[in-house]
Amino acid sequence: MAVIHDVMPAFELFQPASISDAVTLLNRYGSDAWVMAGGMDSFDWLKDRIKRPSVVVDLSQVQGIRGIKEQNGGLEIGAATTLTEIATSVTVRDRFGLLAEAAGLVASPQIRNQGTIGGNVSQDTRCWYYRSGWSCYRAGGNICYADTPTAINREHAILDADRCVAVNPSDTAPALVALDAQMVIVSSRGERLVNAEDYFIGPGTDITRMTVLAPGELLTAIRIPATWGGAQFYFEKARDRNVWDFPLLNVAAAARYSGQAFESIRVVVNAAAARPLRLHAVEAAVVGKPRNDQTADLAGQIAIQGAQPLRYNGYKIPLMRNLVKRAIRGDRGGSWTS
Amino acid sequence: MDFVRWGLNPWGQNILEHVSWTLFWASLFAGLMFLVAHGSYMLLSAHRKRPEAETDRLEAAHANLPQKIQRHSGAARAFHWVMAAAMFVLLFTAFLPVVGVKFAWVKWHWIAGLVLIGSIVFHILHASFWLDFWSIWVGPKDIPEFKAEIMRELGHDMPGPKSGKYPLGNRLYHLAIVFAGLGAAISGLLMMSRIRTPIFSRNPYLFGDAAWGFTYVLHGVAGVGLVGLVIAHVYFAVRPEKWWITKSMIFGMITRRQYLEHHEPDRWRVAANQPSSRT
Repeated sequence: MAVIHDVMPAFELFQPASISDAVTLLNRYGSDAWVMAGGMDSFDWLKDRIKRPSVVVDLSQVQGIRGIKEQNGGLEIGAATTLTEIATSVTVRDRFGLLAEAAGLVASPQIRNQGTIGGNVSQDTRCWYYRSGWSCYRAGGNICYADTPTAINREHAILDADRCVAVNPSDTAPALVALDAQMVIVSSRGERLVNAEDYFIGPGTDITRMTVLAPGELLTAIRIPATWGGAQFYFEKARDRNVWDFPLLNVAAAARYSGQAFESIRVVVNAAAARPLRLHAVEAAVVGKPRNDQTADLAGQIAIQGAQPLRYNGYKIPLMRNLVKRAIRGDRGGSWTS
Repeated sequence: MDFVRWGLNPWGQNILEHVSWTLFWASLFAGLMFLVAHGSYMLLSAHRKRPEAETDRLEAAHANLPQKIQRHSGAARAFHWVMAAAMFVLLFTAFLPVVGVKFAWVKWHWIAGLVLIGSIVFHILHASFWLDFWSIWVGPKDIPEFKAEIMRELGHDMPGPKSGKYPLGNRLYHLAIVFAGLGAAISGLLMMSRIRTPIFSRNPYLFGDAAWGFTYVLHGVAGVGLVGLVIAHVYFAVRPEKWWITKSMIFGMITRRQYLEHHEPDRWRVAANQPSSRT
């Protein structure tokens, strides 16, 4: 009898009710355990039978990791908070509209209803060579099938590729980096805080992971400091279709002005590399300069320095240049949201 | 325990990927165990030194030799330390990520690899044209020395032959490092065609899957082998009775007494009143 593709391989399912129970399970099973929040990424892997964990820890029943609360002038968002809850939260929209807008552009309404912020930032890459189960670098092998002369690599990386050319597909990740968020990670050793900028890692650091989350660790919350509350924000996502699609590229920016000039700014792009890239050189170049075409042109040129196209993704370089230009200029009707 | 890792290519064929990191731990363990075992043996055994009187007699007989004898030229020492630095960078960048220290290691690894290859090429040319090329190799001629060394290590008084410029242990180590080092260097150079560097054009199709698998396994085996070899080398370099050799690799010179105590003047000829470098 032929194998039915959609039947998941057997695993032991745990549904802990508390963070400590979840951490105990993750500690007990280590790399054999698969953490599942909304299941949007997990079920793909499991139904395709590419990942075959012996244990799945379902976080849906865990108390204390869902919801949005104000904290020290900022926010603490539980990792299991759905993307719809974030996109529609008045609290988030009022002060951190960048995140609300990013969350509202993820995939489709159904997916946003089920998908969580923790899952969105911790999801695996969409590289289909990797997701097809071939033993590429990211899967522990010794080749990148997406970076060969005949590879189909339209969605792949133009920056910071290191053997693997997969990209991070998250929409909320660049927004969180722009907002200087912190990720709360709990393990049997206690709690640690990691800046969102450092939460995501490229293949040069660890080719088999997208984040610093190690086996046994659990992302429980995301803290957004008051720093950028009420600032001016810009988020734009370029994609092939207007719904239910991953970004070809996205850009998130948070800025404050002094008169007509940028006083401070954070600009982040995603889907250009295996992690969201904060454009430090762009930020340094535009601070103190007015928001106009000249500054935007400069920013766009700086943004793409060092970009290396693959066979089919050369379009990403002008796309990134233009997205950054638009972010600096404040396009889409000429205004930033705040 | 798996010694190698297998994967699946797009055609559904099993392909060799690389060595299992279990071998790294095995090599590390073996290196450390050798260190413990040898250290214990040296502490507890009836390990024999040659009698002082014998060296005294030799020194009296070779009074025409200079007080300081050059053992390693400046170029040879420079090669050694450049190679050592490159080797440490290579091993740390290769294996720290394996033990959980995550950082962007690839660029540092291939840069150190190219430095190592450059120093090896230099060493081959230097040894071929400016040194006594054969003085470092072992062969049937060394069997009497090997027997004598073993008997002395076991506590017997053996007058047997001393070594030429390089003690037998040095030459055996050199042989091992030649195989491991060249294996890692050649396979590493080929593997550079799979990554982006400013030096080579990327060509992942240089070989087929099987040949690439063999190349990666060779690199891995040589790499984990080097872990044990480097541990042994550092251990001997810091052992008190070998410190005179280590110092000669820093300063270049040994004393006449050390020369006569450890070397056979017939096998490492030093001209009277002038330092020896071409040996």
